[in-house]
Amino acid sequence: MSLMTTTPPAADLRKTPLHATHRAHGARMVEFGGWDMPVEYSGIIDEHMTVRTRVGLFDVCHMGQIELAGPDALKAVQWISSNDAARLAVGQVQYSALTTPEGTFVDDILVYRMGDQHFMLVVNAGNIMKDYRWMTEQCNGRGVDVSVVNASSRYALIAIQGPFAERVLQQVTGIELPAIKYYWFAHGEVADARVTVSRTGYTGEDGFEVFAPPAQAERVWNALLHAGASSGIKPCGLGARDTLRLEASMRLCGSDMDEQTSVVEAGLSWIVGWKKDTFLGAERLRAQKEGGLERRLVGFEMRDRGIARHGHAVVDGDAHVGTVTSGTQTPFLKKAIGLAMVPVALTAPGTPLTIDIRGRRVRAEVVPEPFYKRSEPA
Amino acid sequence: MYPTDLKYTIEHEWVRVSGDDATVGITDFAQKQLGDVVFVELPDVGRTFTKGEAFGTIESVKAVSELFCPVAGEVLAVNEDLGPRPEQVNSQPHEAWMIRIRVANSGELDSLLDSAAYDALTR
Repeated sequence: MSLMTTTPPAADLRKTPLHATHRAHGARMVEFGGWDMPVEYSGIIDEHMTVRTRVGLFDVCHMGQIELAGPDALKAVQWISSNDAARLAVGQVQYSALTTPEGTFVDDILVYRMGDQHFMLVVNAGNIMKDYRWMTEQCNGRGVDVSVVNASSRYALIAIQGPFAERVLQQVTGIELPAIKYYWFAHGEVADARVTVSRTGYTGEDGFEVFAPPAQAERVWNALLHAGASSGIKPCGLGARDTLRLEASMRLCGSDMDEQTSVVEAGLSWIVGWKKDTFLGAERLRAQKEGGLERRLVGFEMRDRGIARHGHAVVDGDAHVGTVTSGTQTPFLKKAIGLAMVPVALTAPGTPLTIDIRGRRVRAEVVPEPFYKRSEPA
Repeated sequence: MYPTDLKYTIEHEWVRVSGDDATVGITDFAQKQLGDVVFVELPDVGRTFTKGEAFGTIESVKAVSELFCPVAGEVLAVNEDLGPRPEQVNSQPHEAWMIRIRVANSGELDSLLDSAAYDALTR
């Protein structure tokens, strides 16, 4: 068979502060976005199920942090991103897009309002320098009084995700976690490290992301593993992170959308601040919203046997009408699902799709999103 | 150590030779590299393949790989049980066979690796 051989890491791959820990504990490593990252520990299915039913721990130190501060920080964030950051109170987080003038994705981001005039944008690992340059260019020459700082090296980021996440994290922090609502954050200490903790994640489960000083990352990681032992905590890799996010219908920038995909086409109209003043790409996004949309991302389930993957064609007779952007066999729902960019005529739930999997034509069907939604705690 | 009653290919298939027939699966090394197997696509009985030709695909959660025919022959049987239970490839790689073929040219069997040679290859 044709194996993807595990190649030794290239010397120029970046390493997170937890890299030695992963290697020492038997993680299988892969290159991701220029980083040498764990793809799996105990196996993708086992890790996925652990996060859905108990609690899992993820090294997401590769994610970037870019901070904007100054009298015009809000004005700058409002100009470069699609969502309405004016609606954020200090201590609140929102999902947003860094947009091009065409309303397409430079990146998808989380916006943290650290203070009245201070924002932290969490960006994708492979896009840190691109995003930083883009933000700087967009702010320069517009007369906005703001400093843009790439603070990525100042933060380690550890995600603890799953129904037992709060219980485990609470054992090692004095922060009152039940008081942190979904997409809010607080400052405090975890395992004696100064941290910021947000109730956010990329798995579809309850959970937290812990921003810690890199020098203390290993201590925080080990403290969480220790505290979670009786709850069945397991370290998890990027493989399970990808199946979990897709099962929860969360998009992966670079796979599901890119600089050719508008925010509306990505099915993310809800992260556009329609009522705010102009921003990069506003005009095109408004036109698409008002009837000018030609294609959109949809969720699908396979009806025939097979797993559609990124890049497979959606076909209609001999015509290539769309493209699968993500696809997998999901461990929890136990279905082959995916996302595909298709013409608007094919976006209604129930619409049959034909997908070409390596020359074999298989049937799929458009389904409502999300594929998986956790039940609210009682 | 890999079972001594099997032969191996450098592409990580194992072959159990019995008279004119050969049964084919993938090795323990291969399943560990793949991770959790979720789908195995096998050919129809009666199809013939040349040595090295792709006879099917195997998918783990994260990747797709082609399965290569170790020697030329006609497919006599496929393991239908892998459809509903593909995880057997992970749990019992050397029992979870994929196809049984009628070997067209027994001379091709000589090019397969023995257990010691395959073991050395995967170190």
